[in-house]
Amino acid sequence: MKKTPLHDRHIALGAKIIDFGGWAMPVQYSNVIEEHHATRMKAGLFDICHMGEIEVKGPQALQLLQWLLSRNIEGQAIGQIKLSVMTNENGGIIDDVTVYRLGEEHYVIVTNAGTKDKDYSWIETQRRVRGLSDVEVVDNSDRTGKIDLQGPLSQTILQNLASDDLAPLTYYHAEDMQVMKIPVLVSRSGYTGEDGFEIYTESRWIGEIWDKLLEVGAGFGLKPVGLGARDTLRLEAGMMLYGNDMDETITPLEVVYGWVTNLEKDFVGSSALKKLKEKGLERKLVGFEMEERGIARHGYKVFKDGTEVGVVTSGTYTPTLQKAVGLAFVPVPYSRPGTDILIQIRDHHARARIVELPFYRRRK
Amino acid sequence: MSKPNPSDRKYSKEHEWAMDNRDGTIKMGITDHAQELLTDIVFVELPAVGKKVKQMEPMAVVESVKSVSDVFSPVSGEVIEVNKELEEHPELVNQDAFGKGWMAKLKMDDPAELNNLMDAARYTEMIKEEKH
Repeated sequence: MKKTPLHDRHIALGAKIIDFGGWAMPVQYSNVIEEHHATRMKAGLFDICHMGEIEVKGPQALQLLQWLLSRNIEGQAIGQIKLSVMTNENGGIIDDVTVYRLGEEHYVIVTNAGTKDKDYSWIETQRRVRGLSDVEVVDNSDRTGKIDLQGPLSQTILQNLASDDLAPLTYYHAEDMQVMKIPVLVSRSGYTGEDGFEIYTESRWIGEIWDKLLEVGAGFGLKPVGLGARDTLRLEAGMMLYGNDMDETITPLEVVYGWVTNLEKDFVGSSALKKLKEKGLERKLVGFEMEERGIARHGYKVFKDGTEVGVVTSGTYTPTLQKAVGLAFVPVPYSRPGTDILIQIRDHHARARIVELPFYRRRK
Repeated sequence: MSKPNPSDRKYSKEHEWAMDNRDGTIKMGITDHAQELLTDIVFVELPAVGKKVKQMEPMAVVESVKSVSDVFSPVSGEVIEVNKELEEHPELVNQDAFGKGWMAKLKMDDPAELNNLMDAARYTEMIKEEKH
């Protein structure tokens, strides 16, 4: 298993380590529920060094990205971030990514951990196929360290160490600054449904920042948070997880990525997606809540009127809402909020109801 | 650190305990070591009263936020009572695995089956070895 630059620190903190897409990652330090609550009520610190950072720069950078991404990033400002997906020729999702515009002709694509190598070769292949020679694609993942600081006290904690005023940094925007004199890129964004920051620097410096944040944050209730709570936090916020809720057999129109898919422009997969849209979708990813005791998990079957009609992609017990919720694929006619479904939990069909996403929305 | 394993009961290699009530019935649950491995237990699925179970076959399910685990029956027999309290308060298993977190009472088919289980000293030794 690959180790992040923070691995020894996780061991020292007593974390339980699991294999996550080939990476040895902390799943929990104390317990999932405590870490979840710390993030919702105070702040949580996450090792995200495993995720990928692919730089795209040069005069044809925008042209390449417009071909790769489902979203129109024509008007994306320098310092702005956009959520998008990359699709294959059939419109299937290769990855969901955030795209940072850092300069006139300079972008960074932040990828999932398990998909990074695949993404990189896909991007390089498309660059060659399109005959774009005036753009450079660089995999910076090993050189880049990333930690997420999430939760309502994130700004207060980070402000203690940051060279710049964080208040003017708005949601889904990034800025170069220094943290403890170390050059970093800080964006106001994340994967928890809370206010917070993603902090990028060279991997050799990430440990120092991690230690100092934990030290300064301790008095504010900051805790290190593992992948267990990262999963419950993102699910409550209605966010999807690549490999769990979607893969290359799923199109963005069937999940909650319709809004980042612009069929007015040409990109890999756009003609397939147009056809699918004209034909009409068959299934949709929806949120559900259990109406009786039991927790639906990934892979559990969904029934309606005695027939198997779908499958659960994510499901858990959510600490903030204190109930069992999840995401499932169901046929479009059954996808409306309020619809009753049954989910097979072991030898029992348990009642569940389709609800609006997200399950949790923070108070602003 | 888990709590010491009480010497008034027997233990299975799957981390269940069984207390002989000396009337042909036992009370059972999972050990403190087991709850520590599972961490935050958020759901316990208990068998129906009257259900027949076999020694070391799955009889209940405990779920943490992340995981689903079977609980194995320490003896063969019939379920005569379950701890209903766990439906509303699964965290009792975390807080008091050997006491308020008990799961079921069983009427044994064959009390001699208790001899297939470990005493506290041997179980303690076993979990110590697992850690290495």
